[in-house]
Amino acid sequence: MLVGVKDAVKLIGIVITACCAVFVCTMFLNYYFDIITIEGKLTSDVSIIFYQAQVSTAKLVCSIAGGCLLMTSIIMLLFYIKHYIDTHKKELGILKALGYSNWKIAKNFWVFGCSVLLGTALGFAGAFLIMPEFYKLQNEEQLLPEISIHFHPTVVLCFVIAPTLLFAVLAICYAWIQLKRPVLWLLKENFQANEKSVKHKEEKSSDRPFISDLKRDTLRTRKILVFFILFASFCFSSMTQMSLSMKELSSEMMGIIMLVIGLVLAFTTLLLSITTVMNSNKKTMIMMRVFGYSQKECFRAIFGGYRPVSYLGFVLGTVYQYILLRITVDIVFRDMGNIPDYEFDIPVMMMSLAVFLAAYEIVMYAYYQKIKHVSIKEIMLE
Amino acid sequence: MIEIQNITKSYGSEKSRFQVLKGISLGIAEGDFAVILGASGSGKSTLLNVISGLETPDSGKVLYNREDITALPDKKLTEFRKKNIGFIFQQYYLLPNMNVDKNVKMGADLTGNKEYKNMIEAVGLGEKLYKYPSELSGGEQQRVSVARALAKNPKVLFLDEPTGALDEQTGRQVLDYICRLQKKLGFTIVMVTHNLNIAEMANTVIHMNSGKLSEIYTNETQKTAYEIGW
Repeated sequence: MLVGVKDAVKLIGIVITACCAVFVCTMFLNYYFDIITIEGKLTSDVSIIFYQAQVSTAKLVCSIAGGCLLMTSIIMLLFYIKHYIDTHKKELGILKALGYSNWKIAKNFWVFGCSVLLGTALGFAGAFLIMPEFYKLQNEEQLLPEISIHFHPTVVLCFVIAPTLLFAVLAICYAWIQLKRPVLWLLKENFQANEKSVKHKEEKSSDRPFISDLKRDTLRTRKILVFFILFASFCFSSMTQMSLSMKELSSEMMGIIMLVIGLVLAFTTLLLSITTVMNSNKKTMIMMRVFGYSQKECFRAIFGGYRPVSYLGFVLGTVYQYILLRITVDIVFRDMGNIPDYEFDIPVMMMSLAVFLAAYEIVMYAYYQKIKHVSIKEIMLE
Repeated sequence: MIEIQNITKSYGSEKSRFQVLKGISLGIAEGDFAVILGASGSGKSTLLNVISGLETPDSGKVLYNREDITALPDKKLTEFRKKNIGFIFQQYYLLPNMNVDKNVKMGADLTGNKEYKNMIEAVGLGEKLYKYPSELSGGEQQRVSVARALAKNPKVLFLDEPTGALDEQTGRQVLDYICRLQKKLGFTIVMVTHNLNIAEMANTVIHMNSGKLSEIYTNETQKTAYEIGW
């Protein structure tokens, strides 16, 4: 098989994201389905208000966590497939040259759906494990009649079966679109940009030192990696800040769960993006070292350009999470007539920024040390 | 003058250790054109990597004008390569996201050579300055790597099967460029090949077999790239 299960395992980011998304959504949707069954049993005003608050919170968490994490998973999957095709272009080109149809090759990509199945199944099982405790805490003050846990097949369908099928189909379709390119394009290294525009720019820039050119070209020709690092920083910023802010809007237990999930996801996406960026540029860096450029020079030139991009991602993530939470809080709590105060949290932002900077620089440094020990022989054997 | 003294090199874990170089000693004079010949797996590429400072031997010394490069720390070794060494590989290893101009500039900037475009002209690629490696033929890519290596004015040029991926005509053309530039610039060439005919172009021919030197001789007359068989 062209794309094996071991390739799907590499989508650990998607497994984690899917697991977290389904964990949160299953718990709240199941809770929502169970709590609405007691609506007719409510007698006092206090219990009605409490009931409405519980329903609103369930909706809020489900829509934010589910929506954001679904988007994150889809982008990660598309990125991974694109990256996989880019790095396996030659093999795919050879298969196409031998006469395999695009469809025959693309349908192997269904295995990427397995990563989603694994993630969603783990998330679903985890949610059911923790559900008794969660239900107890949600009704700790006994303001509502007892809510018992029921198994809702809709939840399995929505959060396990549907995402798995959706992602498998998405993977096949996306791979099929990518494979529609000519065989020769797949067999060659592909960095030729629009020749005319490049020529024009080159003539102006030819006096610049090579290192400056390299920094500029690394970003210009590897837009997909630039996007990924931007996206990862965006996710890091929005997830950490959102999970810390949501602590104020939900119960303590939920706040902790959201924080843990936010941190896990934030670190996973950041780590994955830096790893991808590093691996994609490793060869260039080693070749430069062979010619006599120092490790520091190479590292600064190739990876330095990604730093401002990551900062930009962080800023965008900060703005996004604020707008999203503001709008969602307004909409969800509108019917209750008692919209909670939600202001931009500067200390949370500063904390998130500090963690982001530390995490980014530590991972970069770890790779700096790792690449230092890669020999030319390893690169030649690749 | 390059002196190689009793070099050994092994690969693999302790259980399955394979000795690639078994005590190699030889000398290469300044301005020499030395060819290392041998079958696949004879250790010729490993020897080239050790002489050029890309790999560290298990034991032995590699002396450049009496300076032992095997004892140099990584930083100094990089500095040494920057000042003295040029490389041409069978697989070219051009930077795929940079055009011809910038690929050659990569070598030139190391020694502050502002006239590097002359080198691109010298290898006949003046018209393709802004083409990307993917837009060039194999022979043209190899000529870019020749220009890149020579643009830094190396004292020693190491070539690992430079014609291995080229057809006869292009191979001859690339070798001809290298030889003409060597005569003009006077650098030392150390080339690894399994093509016996290319050896006729060299001053010194070093034969390797199973990690050992089997024969070293000097050619009285050197043939050009267009005079040798293929």
